[in-house]
Parts: sequence; structure tokens; C-alpha cells
Amino acid sequence: MPSWIPGAFRPLIVTAVLAGVVLTPAILTVLLWGGDFTDALFLVFAVTMLVSALAVVTMRDIIRCGLAMIVCFGALAGIYLIAGATLVAAAQVVVYIGAISVLILFAIMLTETKAAPSRLVFQTQAGPAGVAAVVLAVVIAITVTATDWGELGERLHTATDTLARVLFADYVLPFEIVGVLLLAAVIGGVFIAKRERGESL
Amino acid sequence: MIANSLDAYLILSGLLFAIGTFGFLARRNAISMLMSIELMLNAVNLAIVGFGAFVVGLAENGSVIAIMVIAVAAAEATVGLAIVIAIFRNRRTPLVDEYDAMRR
Repeated sequence: MPSWIPGAFRPLIVTAVLAGVVLTPAILTVLLWGGDFTDALFLVFAVTMLVSALAVVTMRDIIRCGLAMIVCFGALAGIYLIAGATLVAAAQVVVYIGAISVLILFAIMLTETKAAPSRLVFQTQAGPAGVAAVVLAVVIAITVTATDWGELGERLHTATDTLARVLFADYVLPFEIVGVLLLAAVIGGVFIAKRERGESL
Repeated sequence: MIANSLDAYLILSGLLFAIGTFGFLARRNAISMLMSIELMLNAVNLAIVGFGAFVVGLAENGSVIAIMVIAVAAAEATVGLAIVIAIFRNRRTPLVDEYDAMRR
């Protein structure tokens, strides 16, 4: 941002630019291609998600990366709602925003060193990594559009009670195994991160 | 229109996965790499939910599998961050290119 802009205006300008980036595709879709309200909402969530994901991988200050990741997860929960997966959206908010993000923010603050934020953010392989990511995105897009997905239905809403019946009847063994896996992960995490006697962080 | 086509969900998922891949390959901070892994897991989850919403006969199965993936991602984040903190305690840095004990 140029230096002649007074510091007090910078948050306003950043907010205005972000709102424009997020809202423009939705408004254009509604006005030009006759999309309905759901399309506009989908585009708002999609653009928010992609912009905040880019912020996660490119920003210099890692605390802000963690906060942008929360925004990304929230927008993704909105997309789950539009896709009709209500319980997955709720689980996304509870588990990702409520638990994993807080865990990651704690880990960031535990491993913050004074030298870290001012130094280089990217490895030397950042250029090839960018090329590889773009190639990957293009290949996935081509594959998706070229594949015939067979018989597709209308976007359907997943009722939570039928989901619960499926989860506790057909998928009860995977459900129990995931429970054991979570227990093992908690015990393993505590054991690995445990401080040795006489050692100080 | 857009929100009613499976392609939109899958392309969005592919873009998010590519962003996560870039972050995993390019960042120096170990926790940034873990955050990129979370982005990639979320991208896969979005594809699963998209298939569950549109493919006939997959209806509830997509949501169930997505919830299982979220649970496994929680386990992965716990163990991964514990490992990062344990390494940080020994090496005093979160930057992965300074973890060169096995290369010397």
C-alpha cells in the first residue's frame, strides 16, 4: 500500500477492497446470468473461502494466517449448508473453528520466536511449488468438467435423523474405530508433548 | 444454477486443494504446513459432501464419511502439533529447513 495514504484509512481501504472482491461475482451472477439467491450466497462463500485460504498460505504474520484459516473454515461451513449437509456444517463449526483452530493458535503462540516473523516466509522451492499447484488446479478442473458423473439428482437435503440412523446402523463399526483412534491420538499427543522432568519451555 | 451443479463444488474443492498443496510445499514454518494440510483435508471433505448431495444413492453416506474425515483430521492435528511442539523444544525453531539433524 502506498505511503501517502494516512494510516487511519488503511483498514477502511482493505475492508472496501475485500468486500468488493467478495460481493462482485455474486452481484454479477444475479444481474447478468439470472442466478438466484442461493447462487449469490454460494459465490460469496466460495470467494471468501478462496481469498482467506490464499491469505493462509501467503501472509507473513502466522497469527493472522491462523485467523484467516478460521474465516476459511466458516465459509466452508456455509457451503456445506448450501449443499444440504446440515450436520457436517455444524461439525465443521464445532470441531474445526472451535477445537482445531484454537489448538493451532495455541501451538503458534507456544512456538513463536522473536526472529521468526521477520524472516523469510517461503522456502527456496516456492516458485516450483506455485507452478505445481497451478498445474494441479488446472488438471483437476479439466478432469472434473470432462468426466461424465452418471446419473445426478437434484441437490438434496440430508435430514439429520436419517443420517443418524445410517451412522449408527451401517457405519457403527467405523464409528467405534474412530472413537478409539481419537482416544489413542489424545494419549499420544499428551505423551509426545509432555515436558521431560527438569526441562523448561 | 451454479449452486446446483456438482462441477462447481468439485472445482472449488480442487482450487482449495491446490492452495493447500502450495502452502505445504512452500512455507517454512512447520505450523503453516500443518494448516495447509488442514486446508487440503477440508478440500477433500468438500468434494465428499458435494458427491453426497448430488449422486443418487449416496445421500447420507457422504455426510457420514465427511464427519469421519473431520474426526480423523482432529486426531491428526493433535498428534501433528504435539510433534511440532516436541521438536521445537529441542531445536528452538519452528522452521522446517533448520531441522537438519538427520542430514549431517
